[in-house]
Amino acid sequence: MKPEPYEQGLLKGLAEGDKRTIEIIYKDHYNMIQSLIINNNGSADDAKDIFQEALIVLYEKVRSGSFELNCQLKTYLYSVSKRLWLKKLSVNNRFVTAAEDPDSIYPVEDEITAHEKRDAEFDMMEKAIASLGEPCKSLLEAYYLKKQNMQVIATSFGYTNADNAKNQKYKCLLRLKKIFFAHYKNGMDHE
Amino acid sequence: MSELNMLETVERYIRGEMNPDERVQFEQLRKTNAEVDQLVVEHTFFLQQLNRFGEWKKFRHLLQFIHTDLAEKGSIQSNRLSGKARVIYLFNRYKRVSSIAAAIAVVTTLSISALVWTLAPASPHSQFEELNKKYSQLEYKTRKQASEIDQIKRSKTIPVDMPFTTGGTGFIIDPKGYLVTNAHVVSEARTIAIQNNLGEYLVEVVHIDKVRDLAILRVTDDNFKRYGALPYSISKKAGQLADPIFTLGYPRNEVVYSQGYLSARTGYDGDTLSCQIEISANRGNSGSPIINRRGEVIGILNGRQTNAEGFAFAVQGKYIYQLSDSLRNADPSLSIRLNGRSNISSLERSEQVKRIQDYVYMVKVN
Repeated sequence: MKPEPYEQGLLKGLAEGDKRTIEIIYKDHYNMIQSLIINNNGSADDAKDIFQEALIVLYEKVRSGSFELNCQLKTYLYSVSKRLWLKKLSVNNRFVTAAEDPDSIYPVEDEITAHEKRDAEFDMMEKAIASLGEPCKSLLEAYYLKKQNMQVIATSFGYTNADNAKNQKYKCLLRLKKIFFAHYKNGMDHE
Repeated sequence: MSELNMLETVERYIRGEMNPDERVQFEQLRKTNAEVDQLVVEHTFFLQQLNRFGEWKKFRHLLQFIHTDLAEKGSIQSNRLSGKARVIYLFNRYKRVSSIAAAIAVVTTLSISALVWTLAPASPHSQFEELNKKYSQLEYKTRKQASEIDQIKRSKTIPVDMPFTTGGTGFIIDPKGYLVTNAHVVSEARTIAIQNNLGEYLVEVVHIDKVRDLAILRVTDDNFKRYGALPYSISKKAGQLADPIFTLGYPRNEVVYSQGYLSARTGYDGDTLSCQIEISANRGNSGSPIINRRGEVIGILNGRQTNAEGFAFAVQGKYIYQLSDSLRNADPSLSIRLNGRSNISSLERSEQVKRIQDYVYMVKVN
């Protein structure tokens, strides 16, 4: 089944990171996922985490240019959330026999595997950046994540000119790269 | 070429910041030098990774924001609750009780203030106005009914029929859930709760020092989540005259930022426990942290002089250390670890404020 034009519009908005659209998707589906989690041994906080993770999976999917879900948005989010939650439960060694309803479940295994790999990579990046310490951490975040202008960064960090700030930024970047790739290669070895 | 220069060149190449000549030259180098070629590939991958990480972080942040927003508006059922029926039931049940309680509270408040006004002798201390916030009668009634419903929705641990009357500000000093505020904010309290964007929690007073006007609170609420490390530190030093400072507090139902400077090293009437700061403080700012530009808490705001606008007094930060020491001596199980090193010293002000505001709470007293 092809998604309706309305849902495809939502997916496009999501890919652009449009706040209004995300709000609509959030509002229309959150309660459904919350009941799912709460009826399966979870708390409202678990529901929030799982639902947001499912939205991230969807976000990554539409970011890669694919607006074709081949099922309804509702079914997709439900399937992803359910998979994620069952995984989490099994990690915590809690046994649950959730009744599978094959009609409402869409196969999402591949997406979740890809998501887990990405999540591990982001986690690696986050740790690498955190381990830099200040001011490197803030400097790199300002330039590469918040995309601030070098001139602005120089003034706000108190460098006398943009060149000095730039020089410092490259030193920090070099350190970050070394830390990141050391972890990255380790991570690959484990697999 | 050094490693650093090489990195800069490669990055300019990837970002397309080279002029055409330079570009041709560099591409030639790439072809002949495998190491350079490898570096370009590796760095392209790295920048992509960094970029995607940034977008991912931004998206997560947005989701968090939307969740809080929708939960606040009631568009989603953010917390477990057993159906609408329960809310309506509780609302009806407590409506009558709470309006009687409100009426009694109003009468009591008015008659006590009338008594105080007529009987109190004129002393220099009457100039010193404690920054307790008293909700006005009307505000009080309407807010109470709204908050009752909110409380049923939000938390089972705070009873629904609890009217909170006065308020101040408090901030976290130990991530386990210890806060500090002014003694005068909580001295006559039966029940105390704290509230900010993250939620509303019950707390108890574990130690109070009326001379220094300080109190330590501990969160007793089950819903409270421990923090990671504190962004700011508590400074033992008094600070220098003219040091720029800022504060975050709850004079309103929303966190409010103000800034100023340290204007005298002693407080009201030469009081050596405190210091004087030039800042616009309002009712409800009592207990706000006074933070210097390195992100160190140098004091706790505790009052202002009624006949002078624009300056206030603050209890010095070193007394928090003394207070936590005496608490440890009194009860070794309650050991508080104070953070001695600020993690936000080199950040710009708005970034510092962003990190700090989750640690500052409105203190509501019953």
